[in-house]
Amino acid sequence: MTRKQRRLILIGAAASVLAIAVALVLSAMRESIVFFNSPTDVVEKQLPPGSRIRIGGLVKPGSLKRGDNLLVNFEVTDGNKDVAVRYQGIVPDLFREGQGVVAEGKIEAGGTFLADTVLAKHDERYMPREVVDALKKTGRWNEGEGHMPASTTK
Amino acid sequence: MIPELGHYALVLALALGMIQSVAPVIGARYRDAAMMRLASSTALMQFVFVALSFMALTVCYVTSDFSVVNVFENSHSTMPLVYKFTSVWGNHEGSMLLWVLILALFGALVAAFGGNLPATLKAHVLAVQSWIACAFYLFVLLTSNPFARLPQAPFEGRDLNPILQDFGLAVHPPLLYLGYVGFSIAFSFAIAALIEGRIDAAWARWVRPWTLAAWMCLTLGIAMGSYWAYYELGWGGFWFWDPVENASLMPWLAGTALLHSAVVMEKRNALKIWTLLLAILAFSLSLIGTFLVRSGVLTSVHTFASDPTRGVFILMILVLFIGGGLMLFAWRAPLLKQGGLFAPISREGALVFNNLFLTTACLTVFVGTLYPLALEAVTDEKISVGAPFFNLTFAPLFIPLLFAMPFGPLLAWKRGDLLGAAQRLMAAFAVGIVTVAATFIAKGGVGILPAFGIGLAFFVMVGALVDLAERTGAFRMPFAIVRGRAAGLPRSAWGTAIAHFGMAVTLLGIVCVTSWASERIVALKPSQHVSLAGYDLTFDGLVQRAGPNFRETVAKFTVRRGGVTVGEMEPSKRTFATRTMTTTEAALLTRGFSQLYLSLGDANQDGSIAVRLYHKPQVLLTWLGAVVMTFGGLLSLSDRRLRIGAPKPAAKTALQAAE
Repeated sequence: MTRKQRRLILIGAAASVLAIAVALVLSAMRESIVFFNSPTDVVEKQLPPGSRIRIGGLVKPGSLKRGDNLLVNFEVTDGNKDVAVRYQGIVPDLFREGQGVVAEGKIEAGGTFLADTVLAKHDERYMPREVVDALKKTGRWNEGEGHMPASTTK
Repeated sequence: MIPELGHYALVLALALGMIQSVAPVIGARYRDAAMMRLASSTALMQFVFVALSFMALTVCYVTSDFSVVNVFENSHSTMPLVYKFTSVWGNHEGSMLLWVLILALFGALVAAFGGNLPATLKAHVLAVQSWIACAFYLFVLLTSNPFARLPQAPFEGRDLNPILQDFGLAVHPPLLYLGYVGFSIAFSFAIAALIEGRIDAAWARWVRPWTLAAWMCLTLGIAMGSYWAYYELGWGGFWFWDPVENASLMPWLAGTALLHSAVVMEKRNALKIWTLLLAILAFSLSLIGTFLVRSGVLTSVHTFASDPTRGVFILMILVLFIGGGLMLFAWRAPLLKQGGLFAPISREGALVFNNLFLTTACLTVFVGTLYPLALEAVTDEKISVGAPFFNLTFAPLFIPLLFAMPFGPLLAWKRGDLLGAAQRLMAAFAVGIVTVAATFIAKGGVGILPAFGIGLAFFVMVGALVDLAERTGAFRMPFAIVRGRAAGLPRSAWGTAIAHFGMAVTLLGIVCVTSWASERIVALKPSQHVSLAGYDLTFDGLVQRAGPNFRETVAKFTVRRGGVTVGEMEPSKRTFATRTMTTTEAALLTRGFSQLYLSLGDANQDGSIAVRLYHKPQVLLTWLGAVVMTFGGLLSLSDRRLRIGAPKPAAKTALQAAE
């Protein structure tokens, strides 16, 4: 085998592995990515029931209700629109009314959001960036207030 | 006074760094030995000054000097002493100070132990190392000064984030940084080689131990971080494909590829240009990791409240070093001489295969991690790419890599015999196939994929043993000869086999725990039971306890199996008064390599408490494998060739061959 042939084999192998990787990435992109929406987006876009999304905002004060079998109902708000969320399971330690939250799941036929994952922040001074952006859009985020949204500063 | 001294020491380190950035380059240009030697002294002094600066901050923390903003924000006088030490890097500013400390440490190590390096190469390496150091000193001094003072000292600090008040903070960040920053040496060597326009097998022999040491720290650091997340965050998972985790995985993948390609370069003088590129990429990915974690573009446990100017500054450092490095590579690399020839089926070929799959796997992680950021920057659309994406892309690329792993060490250099290697792996194949069948039958015929995963893990493990058996002649020769050969086998050969074995152990753990973990979430009242995986847990009641800086509600559980008490579990909820923050402390019960995992949820009005119980079969293997891999690396690092910088004396080798 000449040097040239060997190099061709190498390039061929590299190209085919790369092609496989690109194909895998493209197919996975179509199936497994999840879009983030603010409550306003959810209400205004009229997303079809069953589509998998993430929503983020603040847990609306007074909306948190606990039921049997670890059922949790609450509303996520960006100050403009609210979305009702249902979740069964244990919520994170920093999940509280008036605090930022990100939930992942599906919209049900009635417009309720059925969450299978609920994420809160890891630090009480820190707000998830998605939530900050969602609040900024509705003008509920005040840069000058630091890391807390205006509505929840003590 | 102490914070000012610390600040001043850091400024002095910057000044020394600036001298070290220029003088050795001029020295190398004009063959001025004194100018070149200067770099060694400045590198050592830089480390001394950064260490002083770091000690100053540590003193501020230990003495609870709340006049320093950083201490006020992240410490509390009642915090246990060990956390006062670790909270030095439990915040943005302090963690960047740790970053530069380790960077200076590596520079000093090259200065101290690089005695056998050619003078110009050493001068260039130290200069490049200093360019990086200066960029980060400036970053710390201009945007993240850990020594800033408050006009009036408060009486009490605001406490460290309770999630970080854990022993994991003492281990995970320093190890991870040793790994990240350790790759800077490989980068500096690569840039120095490009500047000099000369690279040979000796270069690989100098770079390999540094890369290996960094790789070992990174391996342990990632494993430790994973175990910490597992027990601290209360979700019971060990890997979330979170962008920050990916940020540490990418340099690991590139570094692993670099370790393997450097072997080809050292032994066969081939793959030179590729090895250089990998050295640049491994550190570039470390920088990207630092950017992702420290700039606040991502939301995660690692993100401390941060302001956007820092992100821009790190981005500039990123562009400067990655862009500059790659441009220099594009310009100078074609000038380097091409190395040796090899057939596609050979040890070199196998290592190229390894590199191809590792870098491609790294690329998919890169795309999955950065695509959401790029998409948001361009279209303002927010997406999240999670585990399903990586399971569909990363896993299919890693499986062929693992399958090929036992073949590599059995192939000869230059021209290998694939059929011969396969024949020698018969035992491994047999064990693998039997394991697949046994697993399939034992688990009731469900889940063919997990069965194959287990089979693959056993194939790789036995394959590593076969490699050792072949080299020592075990099962074929008398015991005395085998012992003699085992003792004469280079430690790097032991290291390879053990590290490969460790990879398989990790795979085994991952397959077991992702396939057969079980979970129950229930609300329990005192004296009620919950059963899972043959264990029966009785909730005995709640107890209140007080810790040094928190109060905790402990739920006491008795664990029985077949009526026999096997242990007690005490998960708790801790409330930290200063931050009015609650954390969940999971309880773990280890049985063999498996664990029971119990974490608490909220208490209900009717007196019951929500609990989440997991059974994690063989979960400890996941991290134990990483420890085994690191041990393999350590053996390899202690190899005479790397330690002394020379292969075994010829006389002894000849003697052995005569046996």
